[in-house]
Amino acid sequence: MAAAPERVPSRIVVVGASAAGLTTVEALRRFGHDGALTLIGDEPHLPYDRPPLSKQLLDGTWEPDRLRLRAPEALDALGLDLRLGTRATALDTDRREVCLADGERVGYDALVVATGLSARRLPGTRGLAGAHVLRTLDDALALRESLRGGARLVVVGGGFVGAEAAAVARTLGAEVTLVTDEPAPLADALGAEVAGMLAGLHRAHGVRLSTGVPVREVTADAGAVTGVRLADGRLIEADAVLMGIGADPNTGWLRGSGLRLDNGVVCDATLRADDGVWAAGDIANWPAPEGGSRRVEHRTNAAEQGIAVARAVLAGPEAAVPFETVPYVWSDQYDLRLQTYGRTRGAERVRVVEGGTDQLRLVAVYGTSDRVTGIVGVNLPRRTRAYRRLLTGNAASDENAVGAGWDAVDAIAREDAAPVPQRTAG
Amino acid sequence: MRVTVDQDKCVGSGQCVLAAERVFDQRDEDGVVILLDAEPPAELDEDVRQAAVVCPALAIELSE
Repeated sequence: MAAAPERVPSRIVVVGASAAGLTTVEALRRFGHDGALTLIGDEPHLPYDRPPLSKQLLDGTWEPDRLRLRAPEALDALGLDLRLGTRATALDTDRREVCLADGERVGYDALVVATGLSARRLPGTRGLAGAHVLRTLDDALALRESLRGGARLVVVGGGFVGAEAAAVARTLGAEVTLVTDEPAPLADALGAEVAGMLAGLHRAHGVRLSTGVPVREVTADAGAVTGVRLADGRLIEADAVLMGIGADPNTGWLRGSGLRLDNGVVCDATLRADDGVWAAGDIANWPAPEGGSRRVEHRTNAAEQGIAVARAVLAGPEAAVPFETVPYVWSDQYDLRLQTYGRTRGAERVRVVEGGTDQLRLVAVYGTSDRVTGIVGVNLPRRTRAYRRLLTGNAASDENAVGAGWDAVDAIAREDAAPVPQRTAG
Repeated sequence: MRVTVDQDKCVGSGQCVLAAERVFDQRDEDGVVILLDAEPPAELDEDVRQAAVVCPALAIELSE
């Protein structure tokens, strides 16, 4: 008896109904999968978008309906077995079944893990009134509610979520203190120069910054937060505390499944984790072209990996191609839009190539001593994109190198002096 | 295929230009999308679909 080739999966299950999971099921249909397709998500809401949670949703310009990733009719058209409000609790890779919280088991030929991340919390803050994280729609609505009426907010953590939320809260009239053990918010991610500019902007808008000292604990009385105690003993009083201290991959349900779990789900270069199992989005940890491994917590990465995994599932392991990307993330703070391509964290060298921190618009190039690894732009989106080509293989003089050498930067900077080339028709 | 863009939603990421530069461009001052071709030729369909999917602001709508 000739066994059906394994690489034509008839039942595909995607666990995780946010950007990565939704993009995966949509791409699977687009690329021709007409078999059973199940999408499982633990939140009760229709799939929604997360970047606006700390931006337009938090400041009240958008209501939750506007965050929907697809209209209900578009979801219907995909012909999914859509299980919302349903938590996957375990994975049985031998029997190829996903176990759900209600005891049901859902069989698969191909499984895509896209369960994303959970926000980290400080110890003892679970269930405490006024202690917030910002990862889900419900988190954002609760935080928004707590910012009414000139509340005192302490933001713990100097990452993108904390910096954006601080800006929004200040705009809404809250008293805001941002606490970070870094020298400035986003100093790790963006380096001293750009982070210093942002810190100045936050101060100018009335955010108090407490830098260089870690947090010891969130203080509470009668089940509600009263403030944040720093390691040096200082107490900052607060009505609400937002913990923006990062997020951890939701791999708990995969323990004992045989999948390799290490800072997410460990995949090969095609995002395949095991026989019949792939991962997409924030949770996928795949080999970086420059060596080591990489996990990217960005919105665009979730969509790109969803498409890549859909292709890989349908192509089968032999025909799948490595996933390649230039990570992109943006952040809105007050009137600034910051855009980042590639890797900027821990750069050895940073060079502002256009504009400047005093103009609140700039392009800066980041890298090691000999290679460009990342680009940051502030309020210069089109010019920032021009430098992105330093990060793709084509620009590198050495084919094995990932980023271009620093000498390639000047050629792009000079383009700015010339008139923007007119696009030729056709 | 017919393309429409929502400039109010656009966050100026430029991902659409990277996917389909004959169909999309960006304003210099704020990076907001400019639609160059609302009915692109069929050979660009896949690029345009890619642009719509990777748009982090869901600002591109396609209709057949």
